[in-house]
Amino acid sequence: MFGNCADPGALDGLAWLGCYLTTGKHMSLYGSLGTVLLLLAITAPTALLFGFGGATAARSHVAPLRWFGKTYIAIVRGVPDIAFFLFFVIALDQGFEYIRHHVLCPEWPDTVRQGNDFVVCAQAKLPLGNSPQWVHETYGFLLAVLTFAIVFGAFAGNVLFGAMRAVPRAQLETAEAYGMTRGQVTRRVLIPQMWVYALPGLSNLWMVLIKATPLLFLLGVEDIVYWSRELGGAKQPQFTDYPHPDWRMWYFGALLVFYLCFTKVSEIVMDRLMARLTLGQATAGGEAQRRAGA
Amino acid sequence: MEDCLQTITDYGLRSIGIGERLLPRNDFTLCQQFTLIGSGMIWNIYFGTLALIAGFFLAVAVALGKASANPLIRKPAEWFIFVFRGSPLFIQFFFAYFLFLSLKGSYPIFSPLTSATFGALTVLFLNTAGYSAEIFYGALQSIPKGDTEAADAYGLTGWSKFRRVVYPTMLRLAWPAYTNEAIFLFHSTTLVFFAGFPAFQQKGDALYYARYFADKTFNPFVPYPILAGYFILLTLVIIAIFGWMNGRLNRHLPSATRARLRFRPQLIR
Repeated sequence: MFGNCADPGALDGLAWLGCYLTTGKHMSLYGSLGTVLLLLAITAPTALLFGFGGATAARSHVAPLRWFGKTYIAIVRGVPDIAFFLFFVIALDQGFEYIRHHVLCPEWPDTVRQGNDFVVCAQAKLPLGNSPQWVHETYGFLLAVLTFAIVFGAFAGNVLFGAMRAVPRAQLETAEAYGMTRGQVTRRVLIPQMWVYALPGLSNLWMVLIKATPLLFLLGVEDIVYWSRELGGAKQPQFTDYPHPDWRMWYFGALLVFYLCFTKVSEIVMDRLMARLTLGQATAGGEAQRRAGA
Repeated sequence: MEDCLQTITDYGLRSIGIGERLLPRNDFTLCQQFTLIGSGMIWNIYFGTLALIAGFFLAVAVALGKASANPLIRKPAEWFIFVFRGSPLFIQFFFAYFLFLSLKGSYPIFSPLTSATFGALTVLFLNTAGYSAEIFYGALQSIPKGDTEAADAYGLTGWSKFRRVVYPTMLRLAWPAYTNEAIFLFHSTTLVFFAGFPAFQQKGDALYYARYFADKTFNPFVPYPILAGYFILLTLVIIAIFGWMNGRLNRHLPSATRARLRFRPQLIR
């Protein structure tokens, strides 16, 4: 990184630390912080979309759709979520390969599940056996994102379903009195008005989502936990230019601080957002804002 | 059926090291999966119960600390709650494990803490204390003003006021949220053997064995639903126990105004 890092053995103190913290592997660690942010950036809207779909389905007038929505929302209750994470990653992977297998090689004679093996034809493998390394990594990451989105979508669905029911009935009745159809009431009144009721739940969910990101490690993605373990372990002088004893404690301490800062910033942003959304609402918070302004 | 009884005697207490030493390696039967995953539940119940009981007392103390007017007491309590609620439990486990490991290097007295039995229990204890303290603090803040005024009018002060008025009311108000915290704590015990703490001689919890089977058979559709079934049962038991306690706490109230216990899980921590 820096010119004077060529011979780390001769350095000491801060100069050594500066060189040590900018090695290629440390860059991967900082890059994996980006992975976490990317995961959050993709998962949060996707989960919200899933949750919205679930909540809308649960309110549907068509019975099977309603049952589906309610089951989806209820399914994550009562079972540790980490079990879902471990389950969905394999289940989704096998599901995709199973479907591709039936589409791509319909003449395959054997069954897919043979004892303890799951065998699909070579064309159905995901990703294909001969694809480059980055495709495998991206596929693993996308699988993790989908898993997060399904699980957190159910949580978000729960919150949104509650929020839709919390919108004062009088507001919807007013809209109906103006002659709006059911769809119009939903689009023009229910959805704009529900956010203030949903936000406390959603902000809680966001905090929970932040705190769930280290579970990427369990899903086989090379994330911050993976790199902290790799880099923190004791290093012998014969294998590296930067020998050091077991520093994993410091690496995980740094991760702890990183997450604490992230939570703190999120809290501040959420408070601002809440103040903005409460403006002019018929709630205790809105009333307090009106009084303070007057 | 005979085989299954044999399996139960072999593996029923496998998670605490009693019975057959080797785990099944091939030809996994449904019975083996049920038995081993059920055997792993011993750990989940052990961690959850002890952490919950010990954490309760610390949580009450921290909640009172956070409500204190003295900043020397309030600030540490606030920080305690922030640290344990603001960071992932998964990272807390890793950090604590490596912390105990390096402490063990200089002070051998810490060596029990590097095992899951005591180390993970300590982390869970502190973690649940942090979450419960926030719940109890919220309850302390919402004690009706009339209750404390009535206590003042009776001349109750200090300890007797706390014991007779503040504490029971706080518990009563916090109980529904605390029930969720308890359920949720039991769920998070599944993280223990995935976060640094080693499963010595393959003595692990329910999820450890469920993952073992899923990895060996490459079929997630059997072990994970079994695990889910066990946890739903455990959740129902917790709700029953806490519901009974809730009834005790509210027994002086007319039944219509009692707070109903609703199961609203807080998700992951």
